[in-house]
Amino acid sequence: MRMTDRPPLPKPPPRIYTKAMQKVAAAADPAAAAEVLTGAEIVVRCLRDEKIEFIFGYPGGAALHIYDALYRQDEVKHILTRHEQGAAHAADGYARATGRPGVVLVTSGPGVTNTITGIATAYMDSIPMVVICGQVPRHLIGDDAFQEVDACGVSRPCVKHNFLVNDVDELALTIKKAFYIATTGRPGPVLVDIPKDVTAQTAPYRYPQQIRIRSYAPVHRGHPGQVRKAVQLLRDARRPMIYTGGGVVQSGGAAAAALTDLVRILGYPCTNTLMGLGAFPASDKLFVGMLGMHGTYEANMAMHHCDVLLAVGARFDDRVTGELSTFCPYAKIIHVDIDPSSIGKNVKVTVPIVGDAGKVLADMVAVLRGGGGDSHNQHLGSWWKQIEEWRAVDSLRYDRGSALIKPQFVIEKLHEVTKGEAFVTSDVGQHQMWAAQFYNFDRPRRWINSGGLGTMGFGLPAAMGVRLGHPGATVCCVTGEASIIMCIQELSTCKQYDLPLKIINLNNRYMGMVRQWQEFFYDRRYSHSYMDALPDFVALAESFGHKGVRVEHPGDVESALAEAISDKDRLVFMDFITDQTENVYPMIAAGKGHHEMHLRSADSGDGGAPAERELA
Amino acid sequence: MEERRRIISILMENEAGALSRVAGLFSARGFNIESLTVAPTEDSTLSRMTLVTGGDEAVIEQITKQLHKLVDVVKLMDLTDGRHIQRELMLVKVEATGEAREEVKRLVDIFRGNVVDVGETLYTVELTGAGGKLDAFLEALSPNRIVEVVRSGISGIARGGRALTVR
Repeated sequence: MRMTDRPPLPKPPPRIYTKAMQKVAAAADPAAAAEVLTGAEIVVRCLRDEKIEFIFGYPGGAALHIYDALYRQDEVKHILTRHEQGAAHAADGYARATGRPGVVLVTSGPGVTNTITGIATAYMDSIPMVVICGQVPRHLIGDDAFQEVDACGVSRPCVKHNFLVNDVDELALTIKKAFYIATTGRPGPVLVDIPKDVTAQTAPYRYPQQIRIRSYAPVHRGHPGQVRKAVQLLRDARRPMIYTGGGVVQSGGAAAAALTDLVRILGYPCTNTLMGLGAFPASDKLFVGMLGMHGTYEANMAMHHCDVLLAVGARFDDRVTGELSTFCPYAKIIHVDIDPSSIGKNVKVTVPIVGDAGKVLADMVAVLRGGGGDSHNQHLGSWWKQIEEWRAVDSLRYDRGSALIKPQFVIEKLHEVTKGEAFVTSDVGQHQMWAAQFYNFDRPRRWINSGGLGTMGFGLPAAMGVRLGHPGATVCCVTGEASIIMCIQELSTCKQYDLPLKIINLNNRYMGMVRQWQEFFYDRRYSHSYMDALPDFVALAESFGHKGVRVEHPGDVESALAEAISDKDRLVFMDFITDQTENVYPMIAAGKGHHEMHLRSADSGDGGAPAERELA
Repeated sequence: MEERRRIISILMENEAGALSRVAGLFSARGFNIESLTVAPTEDSTLSRMTLVTGGDEAVIEQITKQLHKLVDVVKLMDLTDGRHIQRELMLVKVEATGEAREEVKRLVDIFRGNVVDVGETLYTVELTGAGGKLDAFLEALSPNRIVEVVRSGISGIARGGRALTVR
């Protein structure tokens, strides 16, 4: 990687410590006199001791001491993005793909406000992230100083927690707390705001191995009595359904394995949310597809008709439930979540279980296996027969004979060419739904998208983070011509760090999802959803030093993908000119129930469009 | 579902920004706050907050869970779940001239308040009690005599052995 190509490190000037400083260091820990470091050095050492591989950032005045400390070491690698939003998304993508916390370093004022969209994105999807930002010196705080913003104030609604460090002696402990809070319980972003003068002061450095915060004690194990109750309810079900979300992905690989065990032992149907895809293999017959607004007919109908619903690490989001008053009308609900406030927030729950998804699922499997008796449920036959009838509707069908490139076809081919093993990031809109519907993820942490906040511009920088976390892996960014423009500057970062991403631009010259809603619900008044004056994406990619390819015919799709994927060295930007009129089906209009899906009409026109105008 | 008024007592870290986290939570999630009082406890690392809110059972459950989720919140208790004491402090500036001067004084005595400042035409009255008592005092004064009212909001504590403490 090119990041090591730089002039050899100059020797840092010898540092002179006063006797008083050394005395403080010795007094604090008589066993081993702690090294006295500046605040900036402490920040970098904390990251090293936290075993942080990469940080994503952008320098500026208030962060310069920290950047100077970074320059004088080689262990923590800094990735310079071209915009602070890109840094936050890249750290987020890294965290989603690896399970390790993403770290962001930015300066005060605009540096930190530019990260807010990225922080909010991570917050909505519960992604572990630590954002370190410079702040103006303490004596200037509150004076409307140059590049001053109340970072704790502006970030408060979208962080798990935040800190303003007022004392260099508290710095290491605060950073430790930040990582602890970000990565435990329901994960989330934590911001640490450090005034510039604090980074210049010195303190003895000691990084605590373990900490305890009296006001913060996340639960891990589910209550055993509740687990047994849940298993009994599942066994007694006539029309069971298992619905899992991002919590199973976030909990770690063991959670997905435990889920897979549970579903296969029971033989019950399983659906995943947009955030949960890959936690249960899509290639398994027991998988009925994604649920929700653009979920499959069989998944949503099974949700509507089930009598026992097991929900794990999912939060009954409005895009999943549709109209709450008609949601799962016949079901007793078991809800497993690490965040107690998620349970009972939107729907009434029969068996609540607070705990880590992986541990609770493993406990459920143990109860099932240890319970003895016949775990075969004799009602399953008729339930599966019904589900297969729904499945036969083939709600994801599209016109395969079209002379224009259908976006679904591109994703299907991408799956074939990458053998289903790529990491796929996406932006937000129609392309995101098609990627979710057609890539068929078999493993967790392979599908990286902004589900909760729905952030356009997420896909490219997230893909950079994914690739850095998995060097050598095939990383694809499925995007649209509207989304990709929002963080296009990161193509420059990809060049600097040799990140050979594969960008699949499904270019329909419209903000597709906005256009779809305007077609359905606004009498085809396409208000500002048309992308006029688009760039020549091939030339654009080439101007950044990458390879650009335009694909205009269905017959060229597979070969273009195959060639791009086999190019291990270069970023390839593929601009697929797709059918402008294609819509995402099936669809539940906002405010409708799972049983009121709109399907594509038989002649593959848009006759399945919802007739009523529902606004949401 | 039935809407009920609740008094929630919160023990939280005495950190900068802790109050704004609570206030921000209520505005972001659309919960209502009737009153909020906060001050450090005998342990200067902890603050005690008494929050009066209302809502049906589901809303109150969400409020308590969301408060619990705040990293700075150590413990909380819904005082209205059990027997409890609630007190509020009120300072009232009242016109007191002529015959009314005696009448106001008598009223203050009946309500077991104190006149804490005396001017030529004004009394400043201090009164402590449950909210209803303070309301009753204001009703007993004729409204055109009231110059200014300051109320602290409720502070509450559980009766008996129930206590909200880290020990």
